[in-house]
Amino acid sequence: MAVAAAIPTALPVPAIPVRQILPYAVFAGIISLIALYFVGAEQGALAVFEGTAVHELVHDARHLLGFPCH
Amino acid sequence: MPLTETDAPPASATLTVRSLLVWGLLAGLIGGLLAFGFASAFGEPSVDAAIAIEEAGAGHSHGDDHATQGEHGHGAEPAEEEVVSRAFQSTGGLGIGAVAYGLGLGGLFSLAFAFAYGRVGSLSPRATSLAVAGLGYLAVVLVPFLTYPANPPAVGNPDTIGDRTGLYFGMIAISLALLVAAVATARALAPRLGGWWSTVVGGVGYAVVVTVIAKLLPSFQEVPDGFPGWLLWEFRIASLGTSAVLWAGIGITFAALLQRGLTRTRVA
Repeated sequence: MAVAAAIPTALPVPAIPVRQILPYAVFAGIISLIALYFVGAEQGALAVFEGTAVHELVHDARHLLGFPCH
Repeated sequence: MPLTETDAPPASATLTVRSLLVWGLLAGLIGGLLAFGFASAFGEPSVDAAIAIEEAGAGHSHGDDHATQGEHGHGAEPAEEEVVSRAFQSTGGLGIGAVAYGLGLGGLFSLAFAFAYGRVGSLSPRATSLAVAGLGYLAVVLVPFLTYPANPPAVGNPDTIGDRTGLYFGMIAISLALLVAAVATARALAPRLGGWWSTVVGGVGYAVVVTVIAKLLPSFQEVPDGFPGWLLWEFRIASLGTSAVLWAGIGITFAALLQRGLTRTRVA
């Protein structure tokens, strides 16, 4: 028992079944990727909206997060 | 002691994807704010210096005959209308970008955690969070960065932006897929080779394959003549640091929220 107490952080919480994760993964994954796209690439190599407003707004974040900007 | 009855998790101490997503978004918010702070303090000086060089015209010496001027609004071109002022770009814009990116990444992080937890070794929830953050930073930031380093304003030929963007995102996808394959391989080999050697095989396999692919992909040498080396170095280190702060912020905040959520459920 004293040996078992050596790792107090290990919580025996079961893993989540993949079937439960998938719907969230698909939906939230798509939404999240859209957010990342707008910061990382919109109005650079690709453009959903015309103009440069999005590009300019997130310009510095795009550079500093390592995305090709122009 | 953890095996006594009061420490055994009650039926309610299970993880749900919903709570993971909430913690992931919160972690992303905090990570994004921390990255914003880091980028403001250590990244903006080099961005400003690079824009000053760009405005002075030195940054465009790589252009031969194509119109490299005024492709984007830094205010370098008086003829071009600046939609968002430089002052706002470097403050509010940077903050909005960093937080939006953090939220998106935090959401994806929580989903990656949901898949990883309980399936990658026998790590505790908190240790899994840090492992996902560390491996994610390696595969999504560091390896793509080493292949296609971040560039400050004034560096980069506008004619190749399409290729560079495609290859950069492609490298992230390849690196991430190889990481998943490496982890799966290590898990599959673990019963035969043991944990140590299966991890070594997975890690070395990832490193070798990703290096070969990175070397086979085209590279771009677009730093203009006269662009100071120290400035390029400073910007790139700040870029790596910004991402490191973001990923570390997400991993640690998520771990803390996870632990709090799990233990609170257990007490209740």
